[in-house]
Amino acid sequence: MPKDAHRDRALIVVPAWNEEQCVGATIAEIHRALPDAAVLVVDDGSTDRTVAVARAAGARVLELSYNLGVGGAMRAGFRYAVRNGYTAAVQVDADGQHNPHDLPVLLAKLAEADVVIGSRFAVRDDYQVGGPRRWAMVLLAKVMSRLAHTRLTDTTSGFRATGPRALPLFAEHYPVEYLGDTVESLVIALRAGCRVVEVPARMRARRGGRPSHRPIKAGIYLVRATFALLLALVRRWDVTVDLPPLPVLPEVESGITQ
Amino acid sequence: MNSYLVALVGSLLVLAGIFELLRRRQLSEKYAVLWLVVGVLLLVLTIFPRLLSSVSRAVGIAIPTNLLFFVGIVFLIGVCLHLSWEMSRLENETRKLAEDLAILRLELLELRGGEPRYPEPGQQELVADESAGRPAQD
Repeated sequence: MPKDAHRDRALIVVPAWNEEQCVGATIAEIHRALPDAAVLVVDDGSTDRTVAVARAAGARVLELSYNLGVGGAMRAGFRYAVRNGYTAAVQVDADGQHNPHDLPVLLAKLAEADVVIGSRFAVRDDYQVGGPRRWAMVLLAKVMSRLAHTRLTDTTSGFRATGPRALPLFAEHYPVEYLGDTVESLVIALRAGCRVVEVPARMRARRGGRPSHRPIKAGIYLVRATFALLLALVRRWDVTVDLPPLPVLPEVESGITQ
Repeated sequence: MNSYLVALVGSLLVLAGIFELLRRRQLSEKYAVLWLVVGVLLLVLTIFPRLLSSVSRAVGIAIPTNLLFFVGIVFLIGVCLHLSWEMSRLENETRKLAEDLAILRLELLELRGGEPRYPEPGQQELVADESAGRPAQD
């Protein structure tokens, strides 16, 4: 399979909720990184000018009638992708946290996996977390790595590419609950026999908004993340994928044992 | 005797209320049956209060009202659980509808060449912002 097989039929899905400040710049960056890729902004019931800004920047816009959360926005994106015959979808957050320059890397990696995560921890840079939030991420990473039979360091990263096998699955079953769009979706993909890998991706500080690092919030995050993980593990998912599994490419054979 | 009358009228009112809701098609059939059974049971227990005593004796509960409370609480917990389940299902269904509606809106917009064509007074909101003049790209 050629390295860039999915490039021409890739849909870049940008979930956006009141992101009029950043969404324009993000779309422009995506266009610069991947000139032929279609960009779909999923407006999650914004009350500002997100839709207008996104259209002006040249993106297609799905306007959700009311706020569904990231999971709902992404499922709408996946449904659109499947309906229109795309073979890959990549989530890029509108706030500029995900660097579109990494998009070609993620898409290229889809040649050997069904879900490719852009990991914030695989590169040593300014993305640092500590305390309970860190423990939660370590716990999630440990469990998910075991399930995936490969090393995953950042299971809560939203920056991820989905290939043709996982796409119909996510279009139907993408979870909408807390952490569902990140952790539980991986569990579903793995249960269905998809291969999940990660590539290093450099995250940037958000342009607007601010991640929460306060201890109480982080503690609540730990509890909720643990609960979400347990729930994901015990839930029944009668899911299968239609397409045959991807061939394991020789150069990564040691790393991936599906 | 007075309390007997009050209870009887109360039970009849409950039953009549359920029946009226059902008659006005405000209650779907699957719930109607459930509540009708509850109403009838209530009426029977009101008319024959001794029934409760004999049943509780048979089950081995000293105070008859405790049996009533126990059964009532278990029943209510069951109903709450069922409603939560229904609501989760409904929520998932409305979400899917909202997602598909958004997709259809975009497809409609693209079919119309990206322009809001003569919006009728009733559907002004469709694509009435200034960004809509841009042609859809494929």
